[in-house]
Amino acid sequence: MKVLKNVYSGLIFLFLYAPIAVLIAFSFNAAKSRGTWGGFSFRWYESLAHNAEILHALRNTLIIALLSAAIATIIGTAAALGMHHMRRGLANFMLNVTYLPVLNPDIVTGISLLILYVFLGINLGFSSLLLAHITFNIPYVILSVSPRLKGMNRHIFEAALDLGAGPARAFFKVIVPEILPGIVNGFLLAVTLSIDDFVISFFTAGPGVSTLSITIYSMARKGIKPEINALSSIMFVVVLLLLLTVNIRTDRDVRRRAQNHMRSRSPRALSSRER
Amino acid sequence: MSRRLRLTAAPYALYALVFIAAPLLLILYYSLTTGQGATLSLDNFRRFFDFNDTVYLRVLWRSLWIAGVSTAICFVLGYPMAYILSRMKARTRNIVSFLFILPMWMNFLLRTYAWMTLLERTGVINTALKSVGLPSLEIMYTTGAVILGNVYNFLPFMILPIYTSLTKIDRNLIEASEDLGAGRAVTFFRVIFPLSFPGIMSGLTMTFMPAVTTFIISKLLGGGQNALIGDLIEKQFKVAGDWGFGSAMSVILMVLILLSMNALSRYEKENAGGGLM
Amino acid sequence: MKQFRCLRCGLLALCLLPLASCGSSSGPGGGPTLKVFNWGDYIDPEVTALFTQETGIKVIYTMFDANEDMYTSIRASGGVSHDVVIPSDYMIRKMINEDMLRTIDLDNVPNYALIDDRFKNLDFDPQNEYSVPYMWGTVGIAYNTTMVDEPIDSWTALWDTRYQKNIFMMDSVRDSLGITLKMLGYSMNTKNGAELEEAYNKLVEQKPLVLAYIGDEVKDKMIAGEAALAVVYAGDAITISEQNPDIAYVIPREGSNLWVDSMCILKTSENPEAAEAFINFMCSTPIALRNWEYINYSSPQKEVIAQMPEELQNSSARNPSAEELARCEVFEDLSQTTQYYEDLWTRLIGA
Repeated sequence: MKVLKNVYSGLIFLFLYAPIAVLIAFSFNAAKSRGTWGGFSFRWYESLAHNAEILHALRNTLIIALLSAAIATIIGTAAALGMHHMRRGLANFMLNVTYLPVLNPDIVTGISLLILYVFLGINLGFSSLLLAHITFNIPYVILSVSPRLKGMNRHIFEAALDLGAGPARAFFKVIVPEILPGIVNGFLLAVTLSIDDFVISFFTAGPGVSTLSITIYSMARKGIKPEINALSSIMFVVVLLLLLTVNIRTDRDVRRRAQNHMRSRSPRALSSRER
Repeated sequence: MSRRLRLTAAPYALYALVFIAAPLLLILYYSLTTGQGATLSLDNFRRFFDFNDTVYLRVLWRSLWIAGVSTAICFVLGYPMAYILSRMKARTRNIVSFLFILPMWMNFLLRTYAWMTLLERTGVINTALKSVGLPSLEIMYTTGAVILGNVYNFLPFMILPIYTSLTKIDRNLIEASEDLGAGRAVTFFRVIFPLSFPGIMSGLTMTFMPAVTTFIISKLLGGGQNALIGDLIEKQFKVAGDWGFGSAMSVILMVLILLSMNALSRYEKENAGGGLM
Repeated sequence: MKQFRCLRCGLLALCLLPLASCGSSSGPGGGPTLKVFNWGDYIDPEVTALFTQETGIKVIYTMFDANEDMYTSIRASGGVSHDVVIPSDYMIRKMINEDMLRTIDLDNVPNYALIDDRFKNLDFDPQNEYSVPYMWGTVGIAYNTTMVDEPIDSWTALWDTRYQKNIFMMDSVRDSLGITLKMLGYSMNTKNGAELEEAYNKLVEQKPLVLAYIGDEVKDKMIAGEAALAVVYAGDAITISEQNPDIAYVIPREGSNLWVDSMCILKTSENPEAAEAFINFMCSTPIALRNWEYINYSSPQKEVIAQMPEELQNSSARNPSAEELARCEVFEDLSQTTQYYEDLWTRLIGA
């Protein structure tokens, strides 16, 4: 039974990682064409540093991700706060509207924004792309801040005001610390979604503005440049290492905390473990 | 005092009006227009639901069918994996579930493209098969390849919610069932499986929805010969320039998805935190 | 689960931040800029930098995949986003008809004199007012000589059941319907419903033999030997055969499509002088040679043709004979019939 489980898990992982292994392997392929193996080489890693198209796309991707996430976090947090203090009916209505971009297929969100831009005469370009990303990011910020607000004492804000704090001070000193984890969560979620997105960007980016996803898409039709394989391999390995270190560290933290916990409760349990 | 705080939602209300509500109304408006004149008509919808000329209905049906098969395969492959995962020790479990998320870090277009390299006639798999004297596989540019692409891309979205709901099951319930004399199979089908239902629902939605609307996987792996509804919508906007008809197809797709989401929403409610979100 | 997803995104953002600063030198600084909109992979990558070096004009270069794609994009962006565009013949006609192009002052493009007379006064721009030819070529069949039994010389090979699932067609309605019309002896520009219906039925009949309807990826596929036959642009056939010597190219005897991609200036251009300077630069012999060598398509420049090595002079792909060209047709704008073509295509791939 145990063997069967391991074999099954192994097969699933083989399935999930086979294409990634192929990509990484081909990033070291000296030949340009996908079809042939021309020996081991670092040439694509070198030429990546000079590939203006890819670096430009990478830069756009990161700028759009960080900027749209930051703006969405501000608008979204304020919105969550406001909705928390609204009449229930109105708040529910706004929440339903907020769910729309989450539930709607990406392709519909993409073309509906395209139509909006054309209708309003907004030129497709960097700002149209940024606005689109803000649009699909806000709901995720609201949805991660709202639960935090629900768990907060409703009256601490008023208490702060009664004690003489101005509204701004009360907000930053009292409310923000309470909901900070939700805000950070929402921001990070927004960054990922933005980096991941292809479909909505595809319809709302104008000429001259390209993200990594869009670049890869147009390359996929013309033949992927091996530099993209190199870039993806670097990103993949960096993320893998970071996740592993973070995972090991949190794991150690958890164990240490558990030990402290035990120590405080029953010194005997700890000593018996140490022996 | 909370009256003043309420106002902080105002910027968002304005934003939502312009960027969420208005675009959807515009899409609805466009779907009622045709190239000729500004009069509103249902012509685009008539064209889609024309029973004498069923090409669009057939495309819709094919999209639903392919998405359905892909979702079913994801479920059959994903449930056992989620179950195995949920029985692991907490420490291994964390690492293994990281391994499921890790592939998502590589751009999904690239991963799909890599499947091309694997599946082609001169690709990695067939070269390997040939070298050991086995007959080659003809998968590339078939419906099978599109389904494989869907399963590959959306399998983690099936495994993770199910896994989450399995880990939430109270161990005492399982022990109680066993104490009362139920065998492992009975315990599984009468206790564990029903309790993982919210996760299953979440997984089904999260795989089915993107699979119905995809236009990239079919383009890259399907060879452009069996168009899906997403392909047709993309084509209307990018190539053919018939935005009215493209909007009409989007409205149909949207209504279809929102209706089915609504039907599933009661499971969603029980499934707090079970999804990826 | 949420945490995992958030964690991974946060980490990515953090580790990529330092990367974001590299290459940020190309922001909109001072000096004039010129926005060029061209096909993907359709210029020697160093040429725009050379132009900037020579004139001090910065070039913002963007790419499109298809004429229709370019057209929609310009329409959707209100046109202000570009100065120079490089569409093909029929699209140029359409854009002239819709008043999207600006007349080019040839006095500012002295190198226009270097263009071969064969590529002047073409139907889509009879007075040479709006366009300066950049590249041209034909459409034909690239075939793998190790996979076919006899030399290919007719479009009918694409309907030969011996090549079942061994054929790549173009994922484009004009090209695919066009060659079918040619095979049937009709014009590629027909608006005759019966002829189109007949060609459509032929394509339906062919569909089970087709491995895939694809775009530019055909190059990689044919180099690897994925299929025996493919409908390709002449220039792509050259690229393919350079990397896979088994590939031959033929312009089928029924005739084919002759296309000309030309440089045009958009009516909305904010910098037409720079646009004209760019077009003139592209027409100078050293630059035209560079682009010609990089792209592999045929050049309309007298000098470039004259400098071509002997063995290329006789290549159907590089330099088709006058007799071959006489059988070819240039696409015209179909205006209202475009929609009908699109419908037939949807029917074909949706069936």
